[in-house]
Amino acid sequence: MEEKTIAGAGKPAEDNAEDNITSKKLLNQLMKEHYSQARTAKAQGRTVVWATSIIPQEILEAMDLTVVYPENHAAAVGARKDAPGFIRRAEQSGYSTDICSYARVNLAYAELPHSEAENIPAPDLIFCGSNICCTVIKWYENLARKFRIPMILMDAPCSTAYYVEQENVTYIRRQIEDAIRQLETVTGRKMDRERLLEVMRISNENAMWWKKATDLLAHRPAPACGFDMFNYMAPIVCLRGKKEGTRLFRLWYDELLAKIGRGEGPWQDQPERYRVLWDGIACWPYLSDTYKILKRCGINVVTSTYPESWTLLYEPGDLDGMARAYGSLYVLRSLNYAVDRLSNLASDFAVDGAIFHSNRSCKGMDFKQYEIARRLRDKYSIPSVFFDGDQTDPNAFSLAQYETRVQALLETMENRREQSRKQSREQSRKGAGTK
Amino acid sequence: MFLGVDIGSSSSKAALIDKNGGLIGSQVINQGTGTDAARDIAAILLAAAGVKRQEILYSVVTGYGRMIYRDADAQVTEISCHGLGVARTLPAVRTIIDIGGQDAKVIRLDGEGRVVNFGMNEKCAAGTGRFLEVMARVLGREITALSALAAQSTRPVQISSVCTVFAESEVISQLAAGAAPADVARGAHLSVAARVAGMCGRTGVAPQVAMTGGVALNRDLVDAMAIELGVGIQVPPAPQIMGALGAAYYAQAKYARRPA
Repeated sequence: MEEKTIAGAGKPAEDNAEDNITSKKLLNQLMKEHYSQARTAKAQGRTVVWATSIIPQEILEAMDLTVVYPENHAAAVGARKDAPGFIRRAEQSGYSTDICSYARVNLAYAELPHSEAENIPAPDLIFCGSNICCTVIKWYENLARKFRIPMILMDAPCSTAYYVEQENVTYIRRQIEDAIRQLETVTGRKMDRERLLEVMRISNENAMWWKKATDLLAHRPAPACGFDMFNYMAPIVCLRGKKEGTRLFRLWYDELLAKIGRGEGPWQDQPERYRVLWDGIACWPYLSDTYKILKRCGINVVTSTYPESWTLLYEPGDLDGMARAYGSLYVLRSLNYAVDRLSNLASDFAVDGAIFHSNRSCKGMDFKQYEIARRLRDKYSIPSVFFDGDQTDPNAFSLAQYETRVQALLETMENRREQSRKQSREQSRKGAGTK
Repeated sequence: MFLGVDIGSSSSKAALIDKNGGLIGSQVINQGTGTDAARDIAAILLAAAGVKRQEILYSVVTGYGRMIYRDADAQVTEISCHGLGVARTLPAVRTIIDIGGQDAKVIRLDGEGRVVNFGMNEKCAAGTGRFLEVMARVLGREITALSALAAQSTRPVQISSVCTVFAESEVISQLAAGAAPADVARGAHLSVAARVAGMCGRTGVAPQVAMTGGVALNRDLVDAMAIELGVGIQVPPAPQIMGALGAAYYAQAKYARRPA
């Protein structure tokens, strides 16, 4: 039975080719299905929800609603270089160029609902969480107004304290409970609590496999490059509450583990020379360019603050724990927490440096970056570099400037490595002299 | 002999050193990447110094145009090259402010002249040489005349726009409203100094401080920068060639370390 709900739904379970499928192929297949199933659901008159990317999707999934994620769709549009037309249209409609480019792409897509990259059906309901940023509130309100549909908002406060306060957790939990009541009103159906528990279990299992797989990049050499991690983000956003997700992330984990067993690094044609942390969202329109320049320098992105935002873990059935997970995202946390988080990642993944994407769209992720970089350098001696870019708008990025900055980081890391080799040679010479 | 070439966005530079690191000659042409000067700068320097190409043991190219320059043995970023060029010329310097045609950098060095940290301007041209070029054009002066002009200022104007394009229209309206050209020139220098000081704040400033790049030839701007930062600023002789000189030193080091 399980096989029927996973990738290749409708195909017989005895299809042996399915068993040998790579995670990359499965990823592409599942994402294709995710979008096509949403369009079919719409055509069949089922309720389609547009939701923000780190929302308690458990309650939507448990209510058997079809969910699509405008941010993920905008990223796909950006990665396939189809964003500029939508961005122009949004700006013509009066949206400022300073507004998040995911918002501009999606608000224009709502007007011109076709992209060569991928298509999502129009929504019947909006579910918005301010736990990822504040822009989404006005963005999704405008969508609700445009489509004349209801909107459910889950507000999440930032934590100025180091740990997330219990009152914040209670505030979010009550909103989740209220969201369930609103969903029951909109759909005219009661929430199936057993099903909710099951989706919570699946979501936690997926988050766990996602974490286990991305944690394997701590191995030296890392069995994959962080840009693979960016590619696997589409399913962790869209399939987190689905069993297909479990199969995919387990498969990816197994593949990475096998690569470690074979002693394989991120690339077949060259070794991993340096390991870095990437802070911020990928620069989707230049994903390939940003990757190739790093690879040319032998620099592998082994960890990032962004993908780990989907490692949402709690005890299934515990609404308070679930509220805490959704209210504890990196972007909601204090500067001191952010510095510790990055320095822990830097240490766990043994990075030589850090790359900060100063993403014009995402003020929430950017505004702490300079101070974080300063503390990483002063306290932990981790060199870093900044580059200007954007998650979807190609105008904010300069390839030549990016290349110079990455090369300069490489030269700094080379110097440091050479210096530390020299020091250890001197120490061993001194040690030998005293014997 | 070792050759360093620095192809910037608005000028091309080359420096030639002997096997002991002594400067044999240098050349600066105010045309940058994509021009004939960028292609010919090395040949012009060699001809002026009476040196044959085959006498060059190793060469390094740096600068914005380094990717498309084909005649060098290796390339190194301008951050490292300016670092090494200054470290050998002014060994006590720990902070370099380099303002080039289209970018501005702050480079921190350790006691051995190694780059330990650096910061660069954002994507836009605010606080770079391009900003000053635009200001000079609006004032109808050569860029080299800006320093003397600004020195006559009594009431510098405030240029509030950081964007070069907006600053241009702001300055045009200030001139139309009767602002003196000298006050506008000084205002432009203060604007660049404030912008670059912001970058210095991010990387930190440790004495001694030096300024390099063509903009360092503008004495009034160097003074504005020193006041803004509250530290004295040195300018090496021929500040424009520090990148090329550093590239030549890198060429020497790379030649010594080349595989046998």
